[in-house]
Order: sequence, then structure tokens, then C-alpha cells
Amino acid sequence: MTLLITLIIAAITYGTPLLFGTLGEILTEKSGNLNLGVEGIMFMGGALGLGGVYYYEKLSSSPNGFVAILVGIFFAFLAGAIASLIFSFLTITLRANQNVTGLALSIFGTGIGQFIGEYMRVSENGYISVSNMLKGYFQNSPFPKGLQDIPVVGGILFGNSFFFYLAVACAVALYWYLNKTRSGLYLRSVGESPATADAAGINVTRYKYLATVIGGGVSAVGGMVYIMTIAGGVWNHEGLSGVGWLAVALVIFCLWRPLGAIWGSVLFGALMILYLRLVIAFIPTQLYKILPYVVTVIVLIISSMRNNKEKQPPASLGLNYFREER
Amino acid sequence: MDNNCAVELRHITKRFGKVVANDSIDLTINRGEILSLLGENGSGKTTLMNMLAGIYFPDEGEIYVNGVLTSIRSPKDAFDNHIGMIHQHYKLVDVFTAAENIVLGLDEPGKLDIKAANAKVKEICDRYGFDIDPTKKIYDMSVSQKQTVEIVKVLYRGADTLILDEPTAVLTPQETEKLFNVLRNMRADGKAIVIITHKLHEVMSLSDKVAVLRKGQYIGTVNTSETNPQALTDMMVGHAVTLNIDRPRYENPVPRLTLQDVTCYDNEGVVRLDHVSFTAMGGEILGVAGIAGSGQRELLESIAGLYPVAEGSSIRYTPEGAPESELVGKTPMQIKKSGVALAFVPEDRLGMGLVGSMGMTGNMMLRSWKKGKGVFVNRKDPNELAMNIWKELEVVTPSTEFPVRRMSGGNVQKVLVGREIASAPNVLMSAYAVRGLDINTSYTIYNLMTEQKMKGVAVIFVGEDLDVLLELCDRILVLCGGKVSGIVDARTATKEEIGLMMTRVGGGKEEAVHA
Amino acid sequence: MHNENKVPLIRLAKRDMMEPWKVWCIRLASIVLALLLGGLVMAIALPDGATPIDGYATIITGALGKKTAIRQTVKLAVPLLGCALAIAPCFKMRFWNIGAEGQITAGAIAASYFALYWVGKVPSAVLLLIMGLAGAVAGGIWALIPAFFKAKWNTNETLFTLMMNYIIIGVVRWLQGGPWEGRPGSQIIPQFDRAATLPKVLGVHCGWIIVLILVVFMHVYMNHTKHGYEIAVIGDSINTARYAGMNVGHVMMRTMFLSGAISGLVGFIVASGANTTLYDGVAAGVGFTSITVAWLSQLNAFAMIVISMMLAIISKGAETLQTRLAVPASISDIITGILLFCMLGCEFFINYRLIFRSSKTEKEAAKE
Repeated sequence: MTLLITLIIAAITYGTPLLFGTLGEILTEKSGNLNLGVEGIMFMGGALGLGGVYYYEKLSSSPNGFVAILVGIFFAFLAGAIASLIFSFLTITLRANQNVTGLALSIFGTGIGQFIGEYMRVSENGYISVSNMLKGYFQNSPFPKGLQDIPVVGGILFGNSFFFYLAVACAVALYWYLNKTRSGLYLRSVGESPATADAAGINVTRYKYLATVIGGGVSAVGGMVYIMTIAGGVWNHEGLSGVGWLAVALVIFCLWRPLGAIWGSVLFGALMILYLRLVIAFIPTQLYKILPYVVTVIVLIISSMRNNKEKQPPASLGLNYFREER
Repeated sequence: MDNNCAVELRHITKRFGKVVANDSIDLTINRGEILSLLGENGSGKTTLMNMLAGIYFPDEGEIYVNGVLTSIRSPKDAFDNHIGMIHQHYKLVDVFTAAENIVLGLDEPGKLDIKAANAKVKEICDRYGFDIDPTKKIYDMSVSQKQTVEIVKVLYRGADTLILDEPTAVLTPQETEKLFNVLRNMRADGKAIVIITHKLHEVMSLSDKVAVLRKGQYIGTVNTSETNPQALTDMMVGHAVTLNIDRPRYENPVPRLTLQDVTCYDNEGVVRLDHVSFTAMGGEILGVAGIAGSGQRELLESIAGLYPVAEGSSIRYTPEGAPESELVGKTPMQIKKSGVALAFVPEDRLGMGLVGSMGMTGNMMLRSWKKGKGVFVNRKDPNELAMNIWKELEVVTPSTEFPVRRMSGGNVQKVLVGREIASAPNVLMSAYAVRGLDINTSYTIYNLMTEQKMKGVAVIFVGEDLDVLLELCDRILVLCGGKVSGIVDARTATKEEIGLMMTRVGGGKEEAVHA
Repeated sequence: MHNENKVPLIRLAKRDMMEPWKVWCIRLASIVLALLLGGLVMAIALPDGATPIDGYATIITGALGKKTAIRQTVKLAVPLLGCALAIAPCFKMRFWNIGAEGQITAGAIAASYFALYWVGKVPSAVLLLIMGLAGAVAGGIWALIPAFFKAKWNTNETLFTLMMNYIIIGVVRWLQGGPWEGRPGSQIIPQFDRAATLPKVLGVHCGWIIVLILVVFMHVYMNHTKHGYEIAVIGDSINTARYAGMNVGHVMMRTMFLSGAISGLVGFIVASGANTTLYDGVAAGVGFTSITVAWLSQLNAFAMIVISMMLAIISKGAETLQTRLAVPASISDIITGILLFCMLGCEFFINYRLIFRSSKTEKEAAKE
């Protein structure tokens, strides 16, 4: 029982960065843009977020935890938004191939992230890390100890970092936006059939740009969360590598549904660390890590075989829109 | 001015390049009236109405809405003037509900209230007798339901003038009747309704007035109660024109292709060909006449093995000096190899049969690429063929490698028809081979067809222009609603005769009785 | 006329055709722009006193200045070129295979199996042949799986091939720490025996000869064979392909198998020639970078040589930049990224025409 609880809490910790990455990519893909640059975006978010917090602490006489979190989110979001702006400009305005542009962004973004991480390390003579005091704000639960100590559910419900609750709030907000608002309806129509949206007087270009840029920003926050919580406030590109691709997988796994992404991220988080906690005789521990991808492939295959219209990628995903001259 | 007048068009002219699609047309659309806009394909009906819908802008002329001079520059302008058009190709998001599609793009204030939208949609439906569930997803709907959604969408936006572009083309007779009832309800409600059509029986049973266009010209408007199908046909097709197409006789034609009870259904389960039976002779051009969508495409594709036929269909094929064989059940490749060639010119020209990004040579290879042993593709022979066609048919292109997508329409057609003829077929089928071509090029194509006929080939020629069919073909088969309504001798038949056969659609049987 | 205020300031139209010299000018301009932007990055990154020109000079000399440097650069270009060749037919068919990364790895695994367990049983030449063959088959099968589902159920191939990458890389991790582990606890697979290592020609493993042969092969395959013709037709219009009697699903699977096989062969070359072992970074992003190589070369096999060399030079030169001027080597990814962005963006100006609202265009319109 305790094993299960610690497993779930750890899974939530590992799932949180993933959830941000996934939510951002859901928003992006709902506009019909397949941004395969999430890996690069999360790298940039991680490096810039860390840099922002580090230099804030260094420059401020009395660093405040809450402000530090805001600074981290701001810089990460900014990095992701800029990266996605490049993607948007190339694919929406210049109509470059989305797959290729996304991969280029991955290369570019991991390069930038890695470069900034390294650059900071070199210019600060070796090692950069934020103080334990600030780390605490990033890693600890925002709830009072009393709530966390409730038996069984206390830890799971109240013992997670601030970012988990923020991510869940984002997921709910995204769900609400996509399904309950006029603008969300219009955005989905752009991703499904840009020609129909265009004929109905919806500004396809604006929706695509906004969704992709904001989505990229949200994804990038995931990278920052990884660095500040799991990596312990230290630049760790090896740990971060692959998280972005996993986020792309999770988008498919949860069938483009933000609420599904919440438990999906916990499941993926669990699969990422299961090998540390639970040894099953027949499965070598190293193979646990491929499970998220295997289940994603299975979901992809089953959903295409069933051909359930509700569980498909947005119909125009990956295609650029050009209103032919009449 | 009549205060009942909703929209008035004066001297409207629209040109596309050199083609005059509408030539100084006047038209009045009244409230509480259903107006049929009648004309053959290419007579300019849709173009004219598109100018009211804000798709095109007229080159000359004025549009008055409720007596006020108005300029309609975009679909939004049209809506602001309470004009709504239901196009032939529906623009709907598949995974949305009817109501979600209907409210799409509206800049109503406040937050999205889908329940209120559902209620309003329901209210419109009840008012006019539509039968759709606002919460149903589009992908679960039949074509007629989708059409209903499009109509409600227009009404939801407050349209008082509704234009429907060939609304019955995709409907079953029962669905058509339902639609007509709804339209009558709308008329009673004071809406002005225009339906674009070329089906005479619909005109007769539904509309109050009929306006006829022919080749971009406005012929006139008559009250439905004061006219009859014969008179309308005369207005629509005009008088026969002499074209002087050379038409030699082939000595003794022999049966080449015999169809027996060929029936087929489309994806929606609607019958497209209904027990079609006829024989195509070697040494003869068999013309196929019919209004658009009467089953011409399906007929040719069934023969070519590209369209699945229902059980009981039989297509017997007797090549020169070889035993008879059955084509049903063979693959398109086998059929093609046995000498049945199809030159289909689709509406977008490049959709089927040509590879847009390749040059003439590459497109010649589409027929021969599999020939010969070994892994390499033979480019030499196709290139020679391309050079021949280039020269003989006077194709305008810088080289045989120039992508056909960038050629003009007429040249693309020459490439397509030239290739099919070059395969030395026993049966040559062509559809709309002269669509959009100038006179000279058209004659080149006619001569090619006749040449083939004189070689003993059975030519099946699907055409749009009755004048051409009457002068080019030996016999004319008339299709109507997927059925053969008759086969006539082209040398003796009259245009009026064929025109009437074309319009006796399934629902028009009773007309046939007293015609 | 009436239309005046309806015409937007800038309109887009598909371009008919551009003269080749103009096309090359635009492409060249995009590279120049990329170098300028890259120079900007270097201006920030380089230590005081060094200019971007010094930076580029260091990159060039670092990559091509010495014989050993050239060898290193070629070594980097070989897998890029090989994989770009593999991807070309898929992209020509509009089958978005982004699984080359995994197909390389699958090939490397199969080749490594024979390198580790058949060494000594057969002569070196035979062993290498078997390894190459095994790599090709394994890569081909790994690519065939998504193609099968695409052909049968239209499963999204972009997402499927992407996922396949990480599954097979995970398998390598398992082999590294499990069945094939060398010294227990090392997480490393032992180095291959010399018999399982590709011989060197002119100082570089002979993989470079293999990929150059592949360049010619792929050029001929795409342009002069029946298969190549089928691929081109399917890429243009699936309807036309069916009309011409092509079995689209079959061609898709066959092409993907070939593509995977070539990637698998590259996997063998990398494992046996460059690394002489197997580890989870055997593909190291080559599968992704090569996609951009293939695309920017317009799927032209010979152009791929140029582009892959260009990227290899940046990558190798950046290492020198790191050792000489203490700039993080990841600057190569940044410059590569900028270069890719610029070259991707410039295609727009080749394919589309911008029409500005002006008196001139109105006159033109009136003429029409």
C-alpha cells in the first residue's frame, strides 16, 4: 500500500512536466499544426526558465519564492512562444512542410537549450544551481502539512508540487476553452476543416498562430518544471532528453483530450519510474521505459482500426492551408 | 418598382478571361415566390447566383436589394443583405453537431450557449418542417440531412432570399419531395427562393416562375402555369445549329460491347445506374446524352472496371477476331489490356488519368509503364509517342517534359485523348473530351474520334452539347436518372426529341404518359 | 473600380514556374541570410576579441583544414547522406516516414548480433556481408510495420514511425544493460572484433563508398525504374495511380521496406564502421537531421551529398570551435537549425508569388 502511494506520488512528479508539454501540444494540434519541435521547445523552456530563476536569485537581495516561480514560468513561456513563433511563421505564413520544420525546430531548440545551459555553466565557473530555499518553493506542496498528513489520500491529493496543481488547472481550463467557448469551437473548426472555417468568416491564420504560439509556451513551461523539480534546479540535458517526444506520444495516447491527459501523464510518469519501484520477473527493467511508446502505438492502431470519428487526430493535422485564388 | 421585389439584377455581365459567362442579364426575384433558374450545363446559372452570394463580383451591371442599389463583395455582405446561398459542395465540419456547424463564425456577443442555439435551430426546423436533430453529428448524417443543415445555417443567419444550387442532384425522390414541401412552407412565410436546376419536372411541380439562361444569355422568364416542358426545352436548347462535322459511314458495324442489366450504387446506397442495357458497335460512334449526373461517369467507369457493379450486371466484350468474354469481375488493368480505353476528362481535368507534375512523356508512361521485362521503365517509346502527339495534335508546350499541370486545359485534353487513342483500343470511351476547348481544337478531337470509328473501333462519346452529338455520332443513347430513356439514330433524331428524353427523370414518368 | 478596397494589400498566388537561375539565387540568398544570423549568434557566444568571421574560419578549418579533420567530417556525413537517400522515396510518395532514427537502430542491432556472436565462425568478409544484410532486413521490417497499418487501416504514419523510434532505442538500452552487456555493471556492449569492423579506405571506413553507390542507386531507382515511376505517380495522385492499375498499399509497403533497409544498412555502417560497438545513441539524431537533408535537397540524390556535407562541416567545425574558443559545441545545432529554417522558408518565395496592391497589378488585371 505504501509502495503504491509513493509510486503514485513519484509518478505525478514525473508526469507533471509531461502534462504541460502535452497540453501545449494539444492546443497546437487542435489548430491543425503538428509541431514536432516540442522536444526543442522544452529544452529551451528548461534552460531559459532555469536561467531566469538563477539570475533572479543572484540579482535580488531578498529572493521571494513566489516571484521566482513567476519568473521561471515567464521565461520558459517566452522561450517556447518565440520558438513556436518561428514554427508558425515558417508553416503558416511561408507554408513550409510541418514535419520537416518541426524536426528542424527540435534540432535548433535542443541546441539553444544545451548552449544556454552550457554557457551559464561556463560563465559562472562550473556549476549553477538555485538555492535550496528556492528549490523548496518549486518542489514542495503549497498545502499545509495537516492536509498532506491525511492518511492514504493526503499525500496523493495535497503532497504534490505547485506545478501539478497548476497543470491540472491548465488542463481543466483547456478542456473548458475547447469545448465550452465560442472561440474554442472556432479553433477546433480550423483544425478540422480550415476551408469551412474560412468560408464561415473565421480568421484561420490568426487562430493557428495564437494556438501554436501559446501552445508552445505552455509546453516550454513543462521543460522548466522538469529542470526545477526533478533535476533539482540544475541543468541536466540527459534527463530532459526524450520528454518532449513522450509528450507528443501522450497527445496521441489521450486522443487529444486535455482531461484524459491528466491521468495519462500520471500513467506515463509511472511507466518512466516503475523500474525503480516495482520489479516484474519477466520484464527486464530497462524495457519499462518503452512501455509508454508501445501503448501509444497500440492506441494509435486501435483508433485507426475502429475508425471512430470522435477519436481521430484533427482532420487537417499536418496540412498547411492555402486558400486557392479563385 | 414592384414592392414585392426582393432582389433585382440589371445588365449583369461577368467574364472569365475571354469567356462571357453572363451577358447583360436582367432578373427579378420576388418575395413569396419560387423562381426556377433553368439552363443546360455551362449556361451561366451558378455564376449568376454566385454574384448574389458574394463569391464573384460582376464586371458590369447593378444589383438592387429591396430597391436599394447594393454592392455585394463577400459572403458576409450577402448575409448582411439577407441573401443566403446553398452551394453544391457542403462546407461542414464532420465531427461537429448540426447546431455547432450552424453557429460557426457568427460574431454573436456573449459566451457560447449551445443550448440556446439548439433551441433556435429547433424552432427554425419546426417552423418550416425540417427534420434534423441539432445535436446530431454531421458524420452520422445522410446527404439530405447535411443539405438541411446548410439550409438552416442560412436561415439562422436571417436570410430572406435563399438560393439553392441544384439541391436535388444528390437526393432520392422521397427526399426531394420533402425538400419541396419545406420550400413551399418558406414561400408561404414570405421568403424569396431561387432554385438552380436543369430538371424540367421539378420546375413544373415546384416553381411559380421560370427564368431560362442559354450559353450565358438571358432568354426570358415565364409563369410556370402558362408553359409546358416542350416550350421550356425549346427555350433551353435553342434551335439546332449546323456544325458540318464530317460523318462517314462504316461499312458493316459489328457488336463489340454488350451491356445487360448493368446496375450500380454509390457509397450512400443511391442507385446510379439502373438496369442499363445496350450494345456498342465497332465502327460506330455511340453518343451518350443526358443532363449532368445522370450516370454518365458511372457508366464509363463500370465498363472500365473502376466502379463496382451490382450482381446480375453483365458486360460482354467481343474484340476483333477473338472470342467473347465477360468484363464484370476483371480488374481495371485486365480490362485495359484487353483493349478497352477510357479517356475521361473530369471537371478538374487532372484528377484522374493524368499526373500533373509530370510532362507528356511521363503521362504517356501511365499506360505503358508496366510493359517489358526487367526493373527499368522504358522512356524511349513513350517519349516518341509524346513527340508524335505533340506534333500531330499541335499541343502547345515548351517540351515533352513540361509538367502537364501547367498546360492550358485544351492541351491537357489533347494529351489525354491522344494517349488513349494511341493505345490502339477496340473500345474507346471519352467523356467531355471537348469541355472548355475552342472550336478548332474541338474539331481536331472530333476528327480523331471519327478516324477511330473508321478503323472499326467502338467509340462511346459522352458529350454535353446536343448539336455536336447530333452531327458527330451514329446513334445516341439518352440517360436519365441512371436509366436508358432511349437510343435514337443521330441522323434522323431532332434536338427537341432528345431534350425531352433527357428530362424525363424517374419522377417524371407521368409526363411521359401524356408526352 | 468597385473592387479597389476589397483587394488586400498583399495577395498570394501559386507561381507557375521560375527560371532555374532565379531559384538558385533565392536558395543562395537564404544560405547567406542563415550565415549572417548564425554570425549574430556567434558574436554573442564568442569570447572577446573574436569576430564571427574568425568563428566561421575556425569551423571551416576545423572541418576541412587537415586530412584527419576531413576524415572526421566525412564520417559524420556518411550516415546523414545514407539516411536522406532512404527517406527520399517515402517523401516522394508523400508517406511521412520520420522513423529513420529507429530504422538505423534496428539495423545496428541486427548487425551487432552477428558481430558479437558469429565472429570467428565465418571469415571476416562473409561476416560483414551477413551483418549488412541482417541490418538491412531488420531496418526494413521495422519500417514495414507502420507501412502495413497505413496501407490497411490508414493509421497515421507520421505519429506511428515516430513512436517506433523510441521503442527500438529502448530495446538497445535493455541489450546494453542486459543480455549483451560486456563487463557486468558497465552498461556497455563490448567492442566488436576486428573481423566485424568495416575496413578503411583512404582513412575512413568504407561506408562512404557504400553510400556513394547508394546515391547512384537511388538516383536510378527513383528516375529510371518502374518502382520509381509508381512512387512518383502515387505521390502526385492516388486516384491516378489506381486508374493506372497500381496497387497503392503494396507499393507503400515495398517502398517503406526499401527505405527501412537502407536506413538499416546505415545502422550497420555506423555500428561496424564508426563506433565498432552498439549503444543507444547509435542514431544520435541522424534519422531526424537526414529528413531535413532529404527535403532541402528536393529529394535529389546528388544534392543530398552537398547538403549532408554542409551539415557535417558545421557539426565537425563546431567541435573545433569548442576546443579552440571554448564555445559550447551545441552551437552547431543552433547554426544548423537557423540554416534549416532559412532554407525551408525560402522555398515559399520559389513556389508562391506575392502580389502587392498597386496600380501596376491593377493594370495587369485589366489586361487579363
